[in-house]
Amino acid sequence: MARFGMVIDTRLCVGCADCVVACQAENDVPVGYCRDWITTEVRGEFPRLAMEIRSERCNHCDNPPCVACCPTGASHIEDFGRIVKVTASKCIGCKACVSSCPYGARYVHPGGYVDKCTFCLHRVQDGQDPACVSVCPTRCMHFGDLDDPKSTAATLLRTRKWHTLLPEAGTRPRVFYLT
Amino acid sequence: MFTESFSSAPLAALSRRRFLKITAATFGAAATASQVGCVADKVTGEKGIRTVATTCDVCFWKCGVIATVRDGELWKLEGNPLDPLSRGRLCTRGTAGMGMREDPYRLRAPLIRTGERGAEQWKVATWDEALDYAAERLKKLAAQHGPETIAFFKHGIGAYYVEHALKAFGTPNVAAPSFAQCRGPRDVGFNLTFGTNPGTPENTDIANAKTLVLIGSHIGENMHNSQVQEFADMIRAGGTVIVVDPRHSTAASKAKYWLPIRPGTDIALLLAWMNVIVREGLYDREYAGKYGEGFDKFSEAIADKTPEWAAGEIGVDAELIRTTAREMARTRPATLIHPGRRTTWHGDDAQRSRAVALLNALMGNWGRKGGFYVPNYIGLADFPGVPAYPKSTKGKADNPIIDGRKRWPFADQTVTTGLREATITGQPYPVKAWVVDATNLLQSMPDRRRTLEAIRALDFLMVIDTVPSEITGYADVVLPEAVYLERWDAINDDSLRTPFLALRQPVVAPPHEQKPGWWIGKELGRRLGVEKYFPWKDVEECLRVRIAEGGYDWAALKAKGILIGKQAPIYIDDGAEVTYDTPSGKVEFWSKQLADKGFDPVPKYTRPDEGPPGSYRLLTGRAPMHTFSRTVGNARVAQLMPENKVWLNAAEARKLGLANGTRVKLRNQDGVESGPVPVMVTERIRPECVYLVHGFGSEAKAWKGAYRKGASTAQLSTRVKIDPLMGGTSIHTNFVTLEKMA
Repeated sequence: MARFGMVIDTRLCVGCADCVVACQAENDVPVGYCRDWITTEVRGEFPRLAMEIRSERCNHCDNPPCVACCPTGASHIEDFGRIVKVTASKCIGCKACVSSCPYGARYVHPGGYVDKCTFCLHRVQDGQDPACVSVCPTRCMHFGDLDDPKSTAATLLRTRKWHTLLPEAGTRPRVFYLT
Repeated sequence: MFTESFSSAPLAALSRRRFLKITAATFGAAATASQVGCVADKVTGEKGIRTVATTCDVCFWKCGVIATVRDGELWKLEGNPLDPLSRGRLCTRGTAGMGMREDPYRLRAPLIRTGERGAEQWKVATWDEALDYAAERLKKLAAQHGPETIAFFKHGIGAYYVEHALKAFGTPNVAAPSFAQCRGPRDVGFNLTFGTNPGTPENTDIANAKTLVLIGSHIGENMHNSQVQEFADMIRAGGTVIVVDPRHSTAASKAKYWLPIRPGTDIALLLAWMNVIVREGLYDREYAGKYGEGFDKFSEAIADKTPEWAAGEIGVDAELIRTTAREMARTRPATLIHPGRRTTWHGDDAQRSRAVALLNALMGNWGRKGGFYVPNYIGLADFPGVPAYPKSTKGKADNPIIDGRKRWPFADQTVTTGLREATITGQPYPVKAWVVDATNLLQSMPDRRRTLEAIRALDFLMVIDTVPSEITGYADVVLPEAVYLERWDAINDDSLRTPFLALRQPVVAPPHEQKPGWWIGKELGRRLGVEKYFPWKDVEECLRVRIAEGGYDWAALKAKGILIGKQAPIYIDDGAEVTYDTPSGKVEFWSKQLADKGFDPVPKYTRPDEGPPGSYRLLTGRAPMHTFSRTVGNARVAQLMPENKVWLNAAEARKLGLANGTRVKLRNQDGVESGPVPVMVTERIRPECVYLVHGFGSEAKAWKGAYRKGASTAQLSTRVKIDPLMGGTSIHTNFVTLEKMA
């Protein structure tokens, strides 16, 4: 069974937030809310500066605290691709998962349930890339099976330097940032 | 170690939970507002999913779109994979284009002014009433002063048929801010050197460049889709990026070399680069020998412009100037010094652009891979039987002949601000009416006060737009245009590597009384008595006949949105032909044309003015989610960037006691104040300047989504230097102080 992940090349990302609006349209996320977002980090002092721009979202962790803390089983790991998902009909809106996620990846939908990135499961099952990956003008995002050594994602992780977000949280995130 | 972290998304990762509370309040009430007229939304009973191929119009790039409609309403907009511009991927603004249709404050019905100019008071009119009234006023003024008394301002393809009607009526005064407020200096600088210019979209072969030099051009923040895609391509391929910018732009963060020069000293750097390349013999000698004119005199003129001389002016080490010059020469001809696009900065812009052109000429990259390719295009014949426009005996009003010479001898397009002056002064003849199509002149031209003065001098102002932008508030007649997703427009046959035709066709119907530009043009034309210029039944017939006459398949174009023509070579090495349309027929290193008119034949550097003590030079630029002032009210992009922030160097912020997020107003050297904006304290800018993204600070109350969001750079730009070659208006020549809001 596949274990999906995302590999994002920060050398190419320009932070245009196209991924944010594409996700919003694709997934009917209400305007003003979002499942993915851009973070820019600047280090150094003028004029010796380094900047990393990242498209961030749910990390679909191998060890997801949001699933462990969910009282109803709404937050769960899908068999398909090991994607972390919320079943809206089972969610009681208690927000335990919102608090437990170290990445701030979840929001409360105006419909009263918690929502977040699904890696565009419906598109992936249809053989397409997630909307954010498909739209990116810099083609900086790669989606694929991390357990398949031939996938672009796995190849990039073998051949390039990368980091994940808050590795110290022990969540084992599956969104990787190439540097 | 200093670390800044910020976000361009509806919410910052760090303050996510706090943001959720804010959004509930901000967006909850938005949908109930109503525009003048209370025209009800039209509802369709359509079910299911369908797609339509069309083109984008959130900016002038006009990318190919596949629009998906679900149950009768727009669901999503994606790039058309057949389109050579989008290559299947739209940019942020294109992806969020639905927001233009959804805008609850968009114009719904024709309006006729009832209050004072600027009061935004109108009555709702029918199309017949509004058009009859407009035509009557225009005809009366034309009878009095001649048809030249009408000036037409436009931006974009939607204006095509209104322009056609007004030209048929007899006015030559047609202007777009894209010349004197944007790429005019660049085109003039290149024309003077190569006899041709990069055009739009630019013929820059970014994808294949081994070294890309960006001078103030902030690709990635300016979101010219294909250029951003190619920028990523060249970085992916391991190319070297050199960025010259007082600000650590997004592009600078990708660069091997960043030269944060003092604003306004670009020409010094360019001369020093050329000095190194010529002195060390690193240029393409064969090219300069074979195709160059006046190389020796040029070489002499720059002989003393050493890196050591320049270093003191630009504030960057001489060694870095040398290193980057050699780096450029090493990869030529696949070295591209990007010509830029909005090049109106300091008033010496055509000469700076000429220096950019000359540096490119030293690379021998015109018509070469990784430099400037030779573009292809499909030339369609006009619709048969359309008469030629009448010839004006008076000529254009923008650029009169003074002392036997045109005021701006090298302006080859109409200068918007020249028409503004003619309107105020009545010279060379009275300009009494403006028709303004999809350009908010209060933001697109610098110095709002001067624009308002011109508006006060008008007898008639008509605005055609999709939203009640600031200029609509002053209009006698406002005509609501359908947004691009709801209308047919003229064919896009721009020049590019691949020759192509792209069709804009309606995806959904206009929700209220809005009409497409072609219909407005035809109906206005009929009332002005120029109906013979519109011999087609409707626009579809006009487009279909032109396509068929060109030997292309109309049904295929409608279905696919894009048709590709016959590919011709784009590089000299593959057989493409290049001619230099200058007086000498060669690349003019030393320009006799300029010398004859009393200008410097080789660009010279002048030290920029200092501002008043304690003030900062105001710089402007773009954000990837916005197009000028036209997207500020689009909720889908406004959520990413609802207002602009003023960038301020961190050390300066400490001196002023300003913290990140503190709200300030900006006051310029003439006492003009902006609306309040937050300070962005950052290491990413030189200490003597501040930076604002352009397009914000709308004063139009009717466009509630944009009203007083951020600060207006056009308002703060009251000190304007005019390019003596071509009339371009500088926008980096103002100085501001920051004042904390109480």
